[in-house]
Amino acid sequence: MNINFTLISQAIAFSVFIWFTVRYVWPPLLRAIEERQKTIADGLAAGERGRHELELASQRSSDVLRDAKQRASEIIIQAEKRAAEVIEEAKKSAKEEGDRIVAGAKADIEHEIFSAKEVLRQQVSELAVAGAAKILRREVDAKAHADLLAAIREDLK
Amino acid sequence: MASDTELTPTSYIEHHLTYLTTQVREGAFWVLHVDTLVTSIVLGVISLGFIWLVVRKATSGVPSKTQAFVELAVEFIDNEVKNTFHGNRHVFVAPAALTIFVWVLMMNAMDILPIDIMAWIMEHAFGLHNWKIVPTTDVNTTFALALSIWLLMLFFNVKVKGLGGWMHELFCTPFGKNPLLWPLNLLFNFIEYVSKPLSHSLRLFGNIYAGEIIFLLLGMWAATGISGTIFGAVLGAGWAIFHILIVTLQAFIFMMLTVVYLSMAHESH
Repeated sequence: MNINFTLISQAIAFSVFIWFTVRYVWPPLLRAIEERQKTIADGLAAGERGRHELELASQRSSDVLRDAKQRASEIIIQAEKRAAEVIEEAKKSAKEEGDRIVAGAKADIEHEIFSAKEVLRQQVSELAVAGAAKILRREVDAKAHADLLAAIREDLK
Repeated sequence: MASDTELTPTSYIEHHLTYLTTQVREGAFWVLHVDTLVTSIVLGVISLGFIWLVVRKATSGVPSKTQAFVELAVEFIDNEVKNTFHGNRHVFVAPAALTIFVWVLMMNAMDILPIDIMAWIMEHAFGLHNWKIVPTTDVNTTFALALSIWLLMLFFNVKVKGLGGWMHELFCTPFGKNPLLWPLNLLFNFIEYVSKPLSHSLRLFGNIYAGEIIFLLLGMWAATGISGTIFGAVLGAGWAIFHILIVTLQAFIFMMLTVVYLSMAHESH
């Protein structure tokens, strides 16, 4: 239990060991540990950010979905309205067309009637002329009225 | 074993407590305990060298199991230091604490090795008749550590507070600034500065030395015959298991006191 030179030599050894640890052991290990801590912290932050973004994205997607649904229903309503309009227009134009056809037919009929009447009138006039001619034949100088008779004959052919 | 003389309990214990010495120079002081010095240096080189080898290949990615083990120890110590010391611990205090803990733990742990077997190996493999295997049972070791730390304490006191600041602290704390209290304050601080390295070193020395002595006493059961040997072996095993706690605890306490002393030197009152 006596103090001697061992004390000094042990103190020197101790200083060397401390110097060694301070210089060569502690800094690289600390650096590695701190880098890993940073990596882990970054990873956790990234995870948190990802989660947040996922939340935002799902919110956005539900917004988009709701929008799309709304627009789809609007489109459907518009389409139905348009379809009704188209049907209405078609009905209207069909009616107009029908009216026009009917009107055309009526015009044709009237025209036919008119021309028939014209023909009839012609024929009646001819018949009247023919009848008159027959009645008048005796009193008519054939020679004098030859031209006229020939004309009537021509007409009656 | 002491083979040259008759084996008595006294000679047995004396044999195990005798240092391998060498005389560096003339005079009673210039004796060197070769066993203490060599064992402690070998242990320091092995343990710190192991840590250094691991640290050299340290990766910030996924660590190997060895690296994880070293990191566990380092972070444990770093946490302890962080709780006590509030300056920049990475510059000196934390690595110093790591050195102290690892080295003292290794030196203390030599206590668990069976003394007679170690003595036999030393005698027959190396031809060394006396070899104390536990450096911390040498009061020179514990005093060397405690005094080095004491000097560091003074150094940091002056470095952090300046010589004037430290003097002011010596004279004006803990009782007050009144000049009448100066002698009292100085006396108080003087006692504190003397008692710190004493308690620091003697606590470690006493615990480990006592443990060693108990191992020796238990070893003497072997002199009483077969049943005594077995009884002594069982007691020795029990004491060794309990000693694992003491060895670690004393290394930890020594480290913590170092950190506390050094942080007290950094902080002004």
